[in-house]
Amino acid sequence: MKTENQKAWFFVLPVLILVAFNALVPIMTVVNYSVQETFGNNVFFWQGLDWFEQILRSDRFHAALGRQFLFTFLILIIEIPLGIIVALSMPRKGFWVPVCLVTMALPMLIPWNVVGSMWNIFTLPNIGLLGYFMNDVLGINYDMTQQPLSAWITIIVMDVWHWTSLVVLLSYAGLVSIPDAYYQAAKIDGASPWKVFRYIQLPKMKTVLTIAILLRFMDSFNIYTEPFVLTGGGPGNSTTLLSIDLVKIALGQFDLGPAAAMSLIYFAITLLVSWLFYTLMTKDDAK
Amino acid sequence: MRKRSLIPILYIAFLLLPIYWLVAMSFKTTGEILSGFSLFPQTFTLQNYIVIFTDPTWYWGYINSILYVSLNTVISVTVALPAAYAFSRYRFLGDKQLFFWLLTNRMAPAAVFALPFFQLYSSVGLFDTHLAVALAHCLFNIPLAVWILEGFMGGVPKELDETAYVDGYSFPRFFVTIFLPTIKAGVGVAAFFCFMFSWVELLLAKTLTAVEAKPIAATMTKTASSAGYELGLLAAAGTLTIIPGAIVIYFVRNYIAKGFALGRV
Repeated sequence: MKTENQKAWFFVLPVLILVAFNALVPIMTVVNYSVQETFGNNVFFWQGLDWFEQILRSDRFHAALGRQFLFTFLILIIEIPLGIIVALSMPRKGFWVPVCLVTMALPMLIPWNVVGSMWNIFTLPNIGLLGYFMNDVLGINYDMTQQPLSAWITIIVMDVWHWTSLVVLLSYAGLVSIPDAYYQAAKIDGASPWKVFRYIQLPKMKTVLTIAILLRFMDSFNIYTEPFVLTGGGPGNSTTLLSIDLVKIALGQFDLGPAAAMSLIYFAITLLVSWLFYTLMTKDDAK
Repeated sequence: MRKRSLIPILYIAFLLLPIYWLVAMSFKTTGEILSGFSLFPQTFTLQNYIVIFTDPTWYWGYINSILYVSLNTVISVTVALPAAYAFSRYRFLGDKQLFFWLLTNRMAPAAVFALPFFQLYSSVGLFDTHLAVALAHCLFNIPLAVWILEGFMGGVPKELDETAYVDGYSFPRFFVTIFLPTIKAGVGVAAFFCFMFSWVELLLAKTLTAVEAKPIAATMTKTASSAGYELGLLAAAGTLTIIPGAIVIYFVRNYIAKGFALGRV
């Protein structure tokens, strides 16, 4: 049992100051912009909630939000099952375990813009390995700078390449925590592989999978650098996800008011899911 | 058993293909790259690497990145240690709310913070310094470090603390000589994750720097857009950014999952 001690606040204070400096000041700046209009020279006019209304009604925002949800949905239904399958078939002990763990973690340690550049080089038609293979060997017309479908497939495959290992590593950690006795009992009962998965492995992976699903949800929802470097949001606007659109409005057009309002709406969606994340995680802690 | 090992082999092959291609490209000349497809470098060249190691704008990019990443790791872990101890051992007013609020910052989209960060760090005179990027990355790395360390500290029985106090240890002496060695794996994992997330982040690092503290990642994006098709050079620079991660990951291989699960596996 934890003891009650208000002096513990002193231990937390440095963290509080540093994070608050980085979080509260910028958020207040955003709130400030979101209710005002400026024509430069630091002259501001009160705008009320007009920007929020404008963003929530704009087709452009709806389109970007739709693309974002589609992207995140596809990422989840591909990466979670794939990650579980790979984790289930990984060796449990021996020489190959560290080899698997290290090579699988490698994509996650590469700077995000390098991931974008790498996939750009990889998919160039006639020059890149994948681009050459698709166009010159299989004869499929594949060019992500021209065709929206190619661009979408490429950003999805890139993210699967980049982050499926997260699901693999978490599921694997859940799997190795299952005692051998469970499997022996299942063998005696004559349980089929599916039954072993459904009634022994899946329940043991529940906590880690919850974490994996929510981390993948958050990170794919906030994704910016990789698709920006790879496609720049194009061709046209076909791969302009929420963050890319936000940066376009804020830094490209310098429409600070609408961009700030959009930031807050975006952040609100993110917060809602964070809350879900936290309650699900602490529910298991409390047991 | 044989059939089962096919899946991880195929998966790892899929992971390594784009990396192989990047490395192969880095040993090719620009002429060879543009002239067409070749699976292996035909005219093997180290020219791309020579350019990077002799041109200050290139190699300073690496030094800048390593400087702010190290600075950030030290700051994050140092301030997170006492906070994680407080969360794992005591109840205090607003502890749960504070813990949750920390996590929300880990989940905030970086794009939301880009412009306000630029204004904030410009106004305090830190723009284009290593400290600015190191402090900015604290936004998501401190919460991460607190969560991971709290997870590891939760596994240490409270009796350890109480026995030490009975034996007459003062708190600082207990913390440094007994508690820290007990959770050193956790400190290593927290440091690794801070290092990693600061190393891979680009949007904030690019926004907060211009010349003096420009990260390698920003140098690369500039090359990609301005120097036309210097693909070999870009590939060489990319290959070099993979190395630090590949080196440190070996040491934490058994704890990677625990770190990603924020210390909760």
